[in-house]
Amino acid sequence: MTLSEELATDDQRTPQPGDGPRGRSGWRHRLARLDVKASPYLYIAPFFVVFAVVGLFPLLYTGYISLFRWELGSDNPTFIGLQNYVELFADNQFYRTLTNTFSIFLLSSGPQIVIAVLLAALLNSRLRTPTGWRVGVLLPYAASLVAIGIIFANLFGPKYGLVNSVFQFFGLDRIDWQANRFASHIAIAVMVNWRWTGYNALIILAAMKAIPKELYEAARVDGASAVRQFRSVTLPLLRPTLVFVIITSTIGGLQIFTEPKLFDAMPGSNNGGSTNQFQTVTLYMYQTAFESQHFGYASAIAWVLFLVILVVASVNFLLTRRIASTGGPS
Amino acid sequence: MLRALLTCVSAVALVAAAGCGSSSGGTDQANTANGPVELTVATFTEFGYEDLLKEYEQAHSNIKITQRKTGQGGPYHQEFLTKLAAGSGLADVQALEEGHLSDFLDKSAKFNDLNQIGPQGLQDRWLKWKYDAGKSKDGKLIGYGTDIGPLAMCYRTDMFAAAGLPTDPAGVKSLFATWDSYFAAGDQFTKATGKAWFDSSAQVFNAMINQLDTGYLNTDDTLAIESNPGIKKSWDQVTSAATHGQSAKLTAFSPEWNSGFKQGAFATKTCPSWMLGVVKEQAGPENAGKWAVTDAFPNGGGNWGGSYLTVPTQSKHPKEAAELAAWLTAPEQQLKAFKKTGNFPSQVKAMESPELLATTNDYFGATKIGELFAAQAKKVTKAQYKGPKDGQIQENVTSPALSAVEQGKSPSDGWQQVVDGAKKLVR
Repeated sequence: MTLSEELATDDQRTPQPGDGPRGRSGWRHRLARLDVKASPYLYIAPFFVVFAVVGLFPLLYTGYISLFRWELGSDNPTFIGLQNYVELFADNQFYRTLTNTFSIFLLSSGPQIVIAVLLAALLNSRLRTPTGWRVGVLLPYAASLVAIGIIFANLFGPKYGLVNSVFQFFGLDRIDWQANRFASHIAIAVMVNWRWTGYNALIILAAMKAIPKELYEAARVDGASAVRQFRSVTLPLLRPTLVFVIITSTIGGLQIFTEPKLFDAMPGSNNGGSTNQFQTVTLYMYQTAFESQHFGYASAIAWVLFLVILVVASVNFLLTRRIASTGGPS
Repeated sequence: MLRALLTCVSAVALVAAAGCGSSSGGTDQANTANGPVELTVATFTEFGYEDLLKEYEQAHSNIKITQRKTGQGGPYHQEFLTKLAAGSGLADVQALEEGHLSDFLDKSAKFNDLNQIGPQGLQDRWLKWKYDAGKSKDGKLIGYGTDIGPLAMCYRTDMFAAAGLPTDPAGVKSLFATWDSYFAAGDQFTKATGKAWFDSSAQVFNAMINQLDTGYLNTDDTLAIESNPGIKKSWDQVTSAATHGQSAKLTAFSPEWNSGFKQGAFATKTCPSWMLGVVKEQAGPENAGKWAVTDAFPNGGGNWGGSYLTVPTQSKHPKEAAELAAWLTAPEQQLKAFKKTGNFPSQVKAMESPELLATTNDYFGATKIGELFAAQAKKVTKAQYKGPKDGQIQENVTSPALSAVEQGKSPSDGWQQVVDGAKKLVR
């Protein structure tokens, strides 16, 4: 029996139980339909299963813990409802760390994306050994984060650091990179930028390579200068990539942890400086959970940070859409 | 995605390993009589136990020992605390450092009482204060003492000479008699040379606090910061010295602090026994012969550092583990560990051994450091009560606040930072 015959007979008569070969073929048919309908879901299921286990469950469980006064290792946590959140919104250190986080984020992500776009434009021009340059740009990304942290903390040492020695050589004032709040943010942002700019530049470069040559030719025929071409052709067409780069750097920037932790002069400290002048929210959260052992409170911090990131990411998304489209050829 | 997947895989592997571990533990327990007992010993930095553990295995054919070593103390104790809370994953014998002790004594229910499961009649083995400090409030002995860090004073003889101060041990005795005389000498020194007297306020303050009867918490675990006048007095003394230029303002163990040793940025250093190695390494050969160490320490003696061996209740072989811990902390074994690593033993017998007493240190002008630190250890009269989170108050509240004062905050604002920070931590 061929498949077409099978389908034809199926259409004529619904199979009865105990119908012999007919029944089996109907079952096979349903299996085939199930295959078409369900298989795609099965194929993508591993991601969602893994996400549910390592993403969604911790997310929800953290929310649950945040409703308790929960000491690490304590056998009987007490339910306190939203008390942790009430305390959090009156916690000066939380606002201080939130301000630090935004300050470091703006000081890093802003210059980083601008430089990355310019760097990508340079790499996109006719260079000798283009692969060499591209690999060179990516090199800082390949270096160990901890090594970078230790080296930069040394460079920015207030008394014996290289940066201050150079400043002094040029007759500038020495800066206490640890004590001064803004200076410490700049130092940390430099560390972040050094690592991530090349990575972002390569992503943007890939997008630039995908822009059709004809558009530039047409622009040149219209008499557009190189700058004008960049503004009116390159930037608008980079929009989707820029949205991606900005959102990932927002998520990364608001969770910044290792750099401020390693920047602290006290080894292993989570304090973020003597008066928490460069403690970020994630660092504060980590300290609250694993040093102070206030798990419930740390979970509340985690949830508020999650919401903050969601809000900032969507604001960024809307902004980049607007900016990129207003500069477009429309 | 790949990262998430890898995390998941490794998590599964961990669970599987833990599963295997517990099941094999179960069979071990059933076959103690015939099968070998597998013990794990977890330590951080260097305890000098490698050869000793082999020696123990040779003497006990039914025991197999695995040592888990961690480089740094900080992450080690964090993991220790997390696994203690989780109820699984710890070694049978876990080393525990004195600075973290307060966080663990609080959870004594999760440790075996070594006086019950271990060999009897050991309490006279250690200096009394060392033994007492390993006991929880309800009288359980949770750890056998390994080593200690008796405090002495290190000083730069060349810088002392430049400031017109005496340089020989007999001469500096009066400078280091009390904290008042110490800071007075500091004033004289900074006026004469314009250089700093000590490395960092916190390094002096911690030593002063350690000499009080109780730490940052009273014996009923309420905060002592505002009620204990000793703490405020020490704060005032140190911050006043710092505002007079006596502090080199270098955070201890930071790269800048290391450079400070090379540059000769300060003239004195509170020096527990293990600090001699640090001074030698950081000051380097170019400063050889300039540093001296003396047994005169302001207000007598003190202790900073040293460890204990504990047996958590999650151990499947608590009795065997306690026996091993008792053997490792016997005077003979700790003396061997001392020769290997320089960790100063806490056992009375070890401290009386001629070998230890004859030990000298060439970097510090061939001083008989064995004799010196044994004398300093005996000057400590009793164990200080350290309530829960005492260590964290020192690390995350007072030390940063002292550094803030060094960076320009007023001492009174800094004190407020201490009071607020401690209240937030202990709640």
